[in-house]
Amino acid sequence: MLRYFLKRLLWMIPIILAVAVVVFTLMMYCPGDPAEIILGSEATEEALENKREELGLNDPYFVRLGRFLSDTFIHFELGTSWVTGIPIADSIVERLPRTMLLSGITLILSFAIGVPLGVIAAVHQNQWQDYLCMVLALVGVSMPNFWLALLLVILFAVKLKWLPALGIGGIQYYILPAISASATHIASAARQSRSSMLDVIRSDYITTARAKGVPENKVILKHALKNALIPIITMMGTQFGKMLGGAMIIETIFSIPGMGTLIITAVNNRDYPVVQTGTIFLAIVFSFSMLLVDMLYAAVDPRIKAQYQNKGRKKAVVKKGAN
Amino acid sequence: MENTTENKEFLSVKNLKVEYFSGKTVVHAVNGVDLKMYKGKTLGLVGETGAGKTTIAKSILRILPDVGARVVEGEVELEGKNLLALKEHDMRKIRGNEISMIFQDPMTALNPVQRVGEQIAEAVKLHSDLSKEQCEERAKEMLKMVGITEDRYYEYPHQFSGGMKQRIVIAIALACNPQVLLADEPTTALDVTIQAQVLELVAELQKKFNTAMLLITHDLGVVATVCDEVAIIYAGKIVEYGTKEQIFHHPSHPYTLGLFGAIPDMADDDIWLHPIEGLPPDPTKVIEGCAFAPRCKYATDACRKGEIPAVTTEDGHLSSCINMKTVLRKEGK
Repeated sequence: MLRYFLKRLLWMIPIILAVAVVVFTLMMYCPGDPAEIILGSEATEEALENKREELGLNDPYFVRLGRFLSDTFIHFELGTSWVTGIPIADSIVERLPRTMLLSGITLILSFAIGVPLGVIAAVHQNQWQDYLCMVLALVGVSMPNFWLALLLVILFAVKLKWLPALGIGGIQYYILPAISASATHIASAARQSRSSMLDVIRSDYITTARAKGVPENKVILKHALKNALIPIITMMGTQFGKMLGGAMIIETIFSIPGMGTLIITAVNNRDYPVVQTGTIFLAIVFSFSMLLVDMLYAAVDPRIKAQYQNKGRKKAVVKKGAN
Repeated sequence: MENTTENKEFLSVKNLKVEYFSGKTVVHAVNGVDLKMYKGKTLGLVGETGAGKTTIAKSILRILPDVGARVVEGEVELEGKNLLALKEHDMRKIRGNEISMIFQDPMTALNPVQRVGEQIAEAVKLHSDLSKEQCEERAKEMLKMVGITEDRYYEYPHQFSGGMKQRIVIAIALACNPQVLLADEPTTALDVTIQAQVLELVAELQKKFNTAMLLITHDLGVVATVCDEVAIIYAGKIVEYGTKEQIFHHPSHPYTLGLFGAIPDMADDDIWLHPIEGLPPDPTKVIEGCAFAPRCKYATDACRKGEIPAVTTEDGHLSSCINMKTVLRKEGK
């Protein structure tokens, strides 16, 4: 198990390098001249040329790529923003926790509300509870989060004045953003839980559990839910990635200075170093969350755990045969 | 056990009718079945796929799906109390304790994410006041009894072979020393050698605990080895019912005769097998007269009208064929 974990950690190195190369290349071929962006459109041709030389923009692609990779991954020199002059590392240290907190709350909300809704719907299949849950889920999926965000702000911040409308501060500043971001995710969690619970409830081992005399609520929570969790965990893992990305819209609406707003502003200003580094960081966080999902699988399903443990061994046997 | 208690039926099913429905279609799965089970005896329930065998067993335990299945009428009596009228809470105390069931497919009958030992211990825990350690002890004992070493208590179902899984399913079913055992094709999913082992094991445990057993199968060979009495079921109705000897030596219903006729005779040099022509009737339609009539070569017009009465001979051999005499004469019996 530990070996599998370490192997997966090692695998993250090429993945992150590949992300870095792709992001760097895309940004390089974006239209627009960084020197002009930094100095403004009134700068002389000579000043622009000097700036380009200073930034190393005249060097060939591979030289620039190599410099970027070694700066980022060997010297941990993330550079400074071309627009604000603030070191990117500082921005990330300041902003990443906010985005993570927002996505974390969103994830917890969607799991804690979506899964029970789905389970209730599955247990009462084709009854009013089921229809109610699924109508709610339909509303949740179809409602754009920016629109919900505005409605929530109007109600809770403007009319009732219970919660702050924007900015950062205590945890109360995250309530409205998290609710607006989680509506879609709650809905998909509910739908996924319902369908995987329905599959599980019909399986033979649930009948076995009932035939043993297990009380119905225990049948559902102990025997069925644990089996139904695997597809739910998969979905929530990918959802977490979407939450990190989707944070851009929510952060912009609620003026939360997180990674989303950092990258959006940087893209608008052609602030390449910020975009590159920010994207790479999100990729790293995403890879870690995927690794976490895979570890959770093993915790839930012993068959998957056995696969992880046997993988190394099986290959060793094949090698022996080949020799 | 004394003879007086052995002669009294321990569990009886009376006029059981079960329907499945989806939308407007109603499937008449079981259409008035009577069965009697005695302590220490095995009743074989034989019939084709879809004849309603499993439905009967599930109705006894009341584990039919909540949605889409309904016991229309009938009684299931265990020592005089009607199980179908019990409250769910009281029924739960009977499931796995007084009556338990061995399921057909060992590959899917065990919870894949729970240790096998815990699955056995859970049944013990539910029906006793034993501590966790004692339940574990009992589960290990059960594992040993079905021939699995106790160190495998902590393993998961995927680490066992099909035959071993079936033995675990049996261990779960027997963990609380049930008085009635419903074995739903316990050997169908297993190969012949394992089949013999499992049957032997079940028979041995049955003897030890004096259990009444319902053995559901479509394998007449298994019936011949294990059962004391046999009920032949066709389209949700018992067509012939008697002791093993009565059924095997004097089959009287054309369907039973057909079943025996379909067994290839190793001594004969037959080129062709002798199947029962045709298919079982559509269970969504209410059948008038004998359900087997369309496939029966002795069927007359009288067979297709009204209720077909079941005739019981003096020694308790039941058969529901109105042309029995003609059939027996033509079959040369």
